[in-house]
This record gives sequence, structure tokens and C-alpha cells, in this order.
Amino acid sequence: MDYKDYYKALGVERTATQDEIKRAYRKLARKYHPDVNTEDGADAKFKEAGEAFAVLGDAEKRAAYDQLGAEPQGGGQGFRPPPDWDQRYHFSERPHGAGGPDDAAFSDFFENLFRSGSRAEGFTSRRQAAGQDQHARVVLDLEDAYHGTTRVLTMQSPEMDDAGRLVMKNRSVSVKIPKGVREGQHIRLKGKGSPGFGGGPAGDLFLEVSFAPHPTYRIDGRDIYVDLPVAPWEAALGGKISMPTPAGEVGVTVPKNARAGQKLRLKGRGLPGKRAGDLYAVLKIVNPPKINDKARALYEQMAQEMKFDPRKNMEG
Amino acid sequence: MKKAKMHKDEAETLDELTLHELCRFCDADEAWVVQLIQHGVVEPRQASGSEYSFSHISVLRAKKARRLERDLGVNMPGIALALDLLEERDHLRRMLGRFGLAS
Repeated sequence: MDYKDYYKALGVERTATQDEIKRAYRKLARKYHPDVNTEDGADAKFKEAGEAFAVLGDAEKRAAYDQLGAEPQGGGQGFRPPPDWDQRYHFSERPHGAGGPDDAAFSDFFENLFRSGSRAEGFTSRRQAAGQDQHARVVLDLEDAYHGTTRVLTMQSPEMDDAGRLVMKNRSVSVKIPKGVREGQHIRLKGKGSPGFGGGPAGDLFLEVSFAPHPTYRIDGRDIYVDLPVAPWEAALGGKISMPTPAGEVGVTVPKNARAGQKLRLKGRGLPGKRAGDLYAVLKIVNPPKINDKARALYEQMAQEMKFDPRKNMEG
Repeated sequence: MKKAKMHKDEAETLDELTLHELCRFCDADEAWVVQLIQHGVVEPRQASGSEYSFSHISVLRAKKARRLERDLGVNMPGIALALDLLEERDHLRRMLGRFGLAS
């Protein structure tokens, strides 16, 4: 397992007081809470801070951690605690998964040093207990919502080993994502949460759907927005053009005298579902990047013949 | 082949949860959900005489409320404020996105 520098994770000195540790943790927790910070990696930082605080915030665990010493020279990979290290400490730990939504497992380092060997109170291999519900997030591509998809998730949950100890086990869950799912919706998989103990029923697995940012489309509820580039003459003259959508190519009629920023609504071309969303094409007028002599002559003719002052309403 | 059929149907999209289901979903008791309602964090639908039901938007808000409470120690009025502000922020971000200005 790899060594974890919990002081570094919280950004405090090894000599920090318990109050300083608490303050540092609270600040990081607010900043990186997955419901507050939607940036990539925020979730991992939040968990890292939580794990660090679970050890450093507890005087007994902190003392045990300090006994391990600083990160070994030459990197923390393949870290082994000193022999008999764990016999000096006994941590009573609540069983895993008892904390409501998203009570995810910590690193191997934490699980091995600060959790393993704790015989779960209240659970024995003879007693029956239902498995916990589990919560996870699944990040989809926009196209998946149009067509449905299948995802394989790796979930961790506590199981009893032969010696009656709780150990974390990985299992894969294959999920068929129905089409028409939307951001923030939940999918329930009955009996796919943590397995029960002693023959008890398994919990449910709840997946929160979110979408990865798309280079072309922007999602707003069940509606989709897309920039639709048009040439100046297409905007002026109007007419039928063809544009790609997540569900395939469609024909769109650009009205005469169309303005930049004008929205064209394609009804029912948003996310599918009982009430399908709409797709909004936002017109973006694009000039040819380079013009040849013939085009230049056309522009010169326009400049002479069209009475148009785009700055007429500007003050100054 | 009953088992194979069940396998296919097991993923279900949650459009609405009952009070009981929401309690289980949040690992909370009814009194806690009633507090959410009283602070306007969630707005249940209630057909006359029947049980409360909660839309998928309320379900998401309730889940966030539970996590904010558990992870950051925010109290109920604080949760209501935080969720409203987060929603406003997300709305503004989507507007920026529409103008191609999303970060």
C-alpha cells in the first residue's frame, strides 16, 4: 500500500494543534464538497481531506499515525507499518456504510491501518442483517441519453470473511441505462447495493446521473442548446440548411433577416422521454476567413450600395 | 427464463418517491423530511388524502441537504440558503454556457 501524508492533505504542519487541524479540514470540506464544487477532482480532494481528518482529528489515531513517522525516504510506495504497530492501538470503528449517501471507502492505507481487524459490533456471522443501500454517480455522454447505454461500475462494500471480520470487497455491477435520463435524475437498481449479512437481503443501489461536458451541445434540463454557424448571406436571405443534432442530421429553416443570437427551436429534438425536450439552435453569423478578388468586389459593391451604419445606436 | 427478464428490468428511473421511499433514500426519518418541507427545501406533491410524493428534483435536493448536513454540519436554514444559492449559481453557469462563456 502507499503511504498517505495526512498533514499535507490538510495543508498543516505536523505540529498543528487539534483546533488548527479542525479549521483546515472544515475549510477544505466546504471548498471541495461534491455538492458545492462541480470541478473535476473536487470529489477526490474532499475524500482525501475527510480521510486525513478521520485520523488527525482523533487524538488516539493521530498519535498512532505519528508513530509511523514521516513519509519513508524514496517515496511512499509499498509502505509497511513497523511490526506490532497495530497491537498498541485499538480503534473502535463503526461498521462501513452506516453513514447514509456516499459513505465511500477510504484508501488502502487507511483501511489497513485504522480500520482492518475491527470486529463489527452488532454484526456476527450468525446474525442476519440487510445490506446497506449504496449511492454512486454515473457520468454519461449526451449521446447515451438519446440511445441508452450499458455501464459497468465497480462498487465496494463490506463483507464478512471466514474469521467473522469485516473486509472491503469489490464487485462489478452492470447497469443498463435507459434512454431519456436527465441530469440529476436517479436510477434505482433493486438488490444491487451492499450484500446482506447472514443471508439477509442486499440493499439497493442508487445512481445519480450527470453528463460530461459536450464540445458542441449544452444541456439545460431536457433542452439542448447548440451554436449554429451561418454565413452572412444565409442569415440575410434565409432558407433551408442542414445541421447535425445528437439524434442525426436535420433540416432547419433560417428565417429571412435573421440576427446573430436568434434562437431557432426544434421541437422535440432535445432529450427524449415522455415529454421530450427541445433543441435550440443559436445563430452565429460567421464571415469567410479569407476572401478572394471576386468576393472583395462583392463586398465593395455592398459597401457602396447599402446604407447601413452598424454603429448608429452607439453613444459616445 | 424469468430471471433473465428481471435482469433486464432492474434499472428503473426514479421520477417520484413516496415519503417512505425518500426516508430510506436519505437514510433519514420522517421528522427530518418534514423539516425539509417546512424550510422549503423540498416541495412535495400531495393529492388530497393521499401520501406525499417527491419529484426527482426534490429527491436530488433532499440528498444534497443530507450530505451538507452530515459533511459540513450545516443546519436547516443554512441548507435551504445554500441549495438556493447553488441552484442560482448553476442557472447562471448554464446561461454563460449558452453564450459560449462557460469556464
